[in-house]
Amino acid sequence: MAVAQENARPEGRSSSPFWTIARRDSLAGFLFIAPQLIGIVVFVLIPLGLVFWYSLHEWNVLANTFTYTGAQNYRMLMEDENLLEVLGATAIFSAGLVIFNLSLALLLAVLLNQKLAGIAVFRTLFFSPVVVSLVAWTIVWGFLLQKNGGINGMLLTFGIEGPNWLREETTAMISVIVVQVFKNVGLNMILFLAALQGVPKELYEAARIDGAPAFKQFRRITLPLISPTILLTSIITIVGSLQVFAQIAVLTQGGPGLSTTVLVYYLYQQAFQFHFFGYGSTLSILLFAIVAILTFAQWQMRKRIVFYES
Amino acid sequence: MLYQRTLKTTACALAIFGSLALGGTAEAQDAVNLRMTIWSANEAHLKLFNEIAAGFKRDHPNVSVTYESLPFETYTTALTTQIAGGNAPDMAWIFETSAYDFVKSGALYPLTDTLKAAEGYNLEEVGTGATERWTEDGKLYAYPFSTSPFAVFVNNDLIKAAGAKTPAEMIAAGEWTWDNAIGTAAAVAKSGKGGLVVRDFNYQAWQYLTSVWSGWGASPWSEDGKTCTMADKPMADALTFIHDAVFTKKAIPGPGETVDFFAGNAAMTITQISRASLLPKEKAFSWDLVPLPKGSAGEYALIGQAGIGVMQSGKNAETAAEFVAYMTNPENSAKLSQFFPSARKSLLNADILKKTNPLLSQEQIEKVVISGIATGKVMPGHTGFAQIQQMVRSNLDAVWRPEADVPATLQKICGQIGPLLKR
Repeated sequence: MAVAQENARPEGRSSSPFWTIARRDSLAGFLFIAPQLIGIVVFVLIPLGLVFWYSLHEWNVLANTFTYTGAQNYRMLMEDENLLEVLGATAIFSAGLVIFNLSLALLLAVLLNQKLAGIAVFRTLFFSPVVVSLVAWTIVWGFLLQKNGGINGMLLTFGIEGPNWLREETTAMISVIVVQVFKNVGLNMILFLAALQGVPKELYEAARIDGAPAFKQFRRITLPLISPTILLTSIITIVGSLQVFAQIAVLTQGGPGLSTTVLVYYLYQQAFQFHFFGYGSTLSILLFAIVAILTFAQWQMRKRIVFYES
Repeated sequence: MLYQRTLKTTACALAIFGSLALGGTAEAQDAVNLRMTIWSANEAHLKLFNEIAAGFKRDHPNVSVTYESLPFETYTTALTTQIAGGNAPDMAWIFETSAYDFVKSGALYPLTDTLKAAEGYNLEEVGTGATERWTEDGKLYAYPFSTSPFAVFVNNDLIKAAGAKTPAEMIAAGEWTWDNAIGTAAAVAKSGKGGLVVRDFNYQAWQYLTSVWSGWGASPWSEDGKTCTMADKPMADALTFIHDAVFTKKAIPGPGETVDFFAGNAAMTITQISRASLLPKEKAFSWDLVPLPKGSAGEYALIGQAGIGVMQSGKNAETAAEFVAYMTNPENSAKLSQFFPSARKSLLNADILKKTNPLLSQEQIEKVVISGIATGKVMPGHTGFAQIQQMVRSNLDAVWRPEADVPATLQKICGQIGPLLKR
C-alpha cells in the first residue's frame, strides 16, 4: 500500500523519498531482531557494565554506602589466600564434569543409536533428568548420598561399607560431579544421537567392504563426522560447569574445607553472605574472563579438531 | 458551535476524571502497606501475627501489614539481597548472630523513643541483658521479641527400652552431667536408635554447639569480641569431648547422618523450647524437657534471641516503629510468648507461662524456661559473623573425622579468624 502511494507521487518532486526500499528493509530487519537485541542489552550488556562498575566500589548494603575504591578489589583478588584453592576446585570440577559427561553421553548415544524395539523408551529414560527441576534432583541425591542414605544402604546389602560421600574431600567432589553429569548427560546424548544419525551409512558399508574393524570405523568415520557436535557440546558443558551453583549450595555448601567451593559459590558467599558486593562483582569479572578465554580458545581449536572446518 | 460544545464537554470530562484521579491519589498516599520479613512459615505463628496486624488496623485503619516468610537457612542472605535490590522490607526479624551487623551498620531505625512513647509499653521491664546486643550508643535498634532458652528434650521410652537412666532420674540423684548424658545417649545408640542430636548443627552451623561447650566455660572469642579463644583449653577440652562422643562412643549421630528426635528416632535433642510444637500428636512418646547437663565448669544456660527491627531505608519507618511498639506491648508479648518467650519480667512467671505453654509442666517451666531466661547467656555473635562462621566451619570440617587433631585445628582457626575479630 505504502509502496503504491509512493509510486503515485507527482514526478515534479525530484527529491528522493527518505523511506527507500533499502532503508525500509533494514528497519524491518531491526524490528525483527529488536526483541532479542533489547533482551541482550537489558539482561546481558547493561548488567555486565554494572558489574564492572560495582567491582570498582566498596558497596556496604546494610550501611547503604557505595564508595569508589578504584582497583582495590582487584588487588584484593591478587592477595586472596583462598582464591587458588577455589580456582583449583573449579578446574577439577570442570575437567571431571566435561570428561565424564562427554564420554558417557557419547557412549549412551552409540548404544541408543540402534534399531531395536522399545529403544525410544530408553532414550526417553536417559533424557528425562534434563527436564526435572535441578534443586529437586539435587535434594533427592542429597538424601541418597548421606552416610545412612540410600546408596550406602544398597552397598551394605552387598556387605560393603560405603564412604561418607559428601563429607570426604575426594568423594564429595566426585559426588557433585556425578550428580551434575546424571542430570545433564541426556542433553548431550540427544545432540550426539542426532549427529550419529547424520553420518552417511554408505561410509560404514564401504569401510566394512575394505575390512575395517568396528573400532577403526568409529575412530576414522564416526568421530570426524560428529566432531562439530563434539565441539558444540564441549563448549556448552565447559561454560555450564563453570556456572554450577545449586548442586554445591544444596549438597556440600562448598565443604569439606574448601574442597568443593567453586568460583560461582565463592562469589555468592562473598557477595550475598558476607555482603562484599564489590568484591563479589570483581570475582564475577574474573569468571567472565575465564569463560570468555576458554570459549575463544575452543573456537580457535575448531580448525584442528573439527572435520568440516578448513 | 459544535466545536465549542465538544471543547466544553471535554473540559468537563477532564475536570471530573482529574478530580477523581487526584482523590484516588490522595487516598493512595494515606494508605500504608507495611511488610515484615520473618523466618517462620508456621500456620499458628502466622495466624497470631495476622491477628496482631488486625488489632493495629483497628486504631490505624489506613495501615495494613503483610508478613513474608523467607526460608530459615538462607534468611539473612535473602534479606540483604532484598536490601541490595532496593526492595527492603519495612520491618525484619533479625537473628542474634547477625544482630551486630544490622545494629552497628545504621541500617535500622532507632526504636527507643517510639517504644517509650507508646502507652503502657513499659520498656524498662525488659532487662538490659536481653537488650544488650540490640543496643548501640544507648539506643535500642531492634526489639528482642524472642528469648528462647535451649534445653534437652528427652524420649523416655527409648531410654527405658535401652535400660539406661533417664535424665529425670539423674537430676533427682544429682548426676545430670555431660558424661552421664552421653552415657545414656550411647546406650540408646547401641540399641539401634539415635543418641543425642544437637539440632540445627548438622556439622555446619557450629554456633549451635555453644549449648554444649558452654558447659566447659568455652567460647569462640573473648567478651569484647576482639580475641579468639577457640584455641584455649576449655574449647579444646569441650571439642575433644564432643569428638569422642561422636566417633568413639557414637552417642551423637555423625556427619552425614540424619536422625529426627521429634519423629521418635533419638534419645535426646538439644534445641529451643519453642520447638515443643514439633512433638508428635500421633504415635506420641513419653517425653520430658530438662535443663542442659552440668559440664566441668558447672551449671549454665543458653538462650537464642530474635529481634524485630525497622529498616531505616523504608518510606514508612515511623509507622513501622509504631507497629513494632504495638506488636511487642505487654498484651501482645503475652500472646507471642506461647511461641517466643518474652524477656519482659512481668511475663516471666509460671502462671502466665503455663497458660501460654500448655504442653509444658509447671516444673519444666520453672526449671527450664524461667531460670534459663534469667541466667542464660546469648548465643555468640559478632560483626561480620557470616564470614567468620564460614571460615570456622570450613576449618572445623577437619575435626569431624575420626583421626582429627583437635588442638591443632583450633590453633589454625584462631590464626585465620584473629584478624577478622580485630576489625
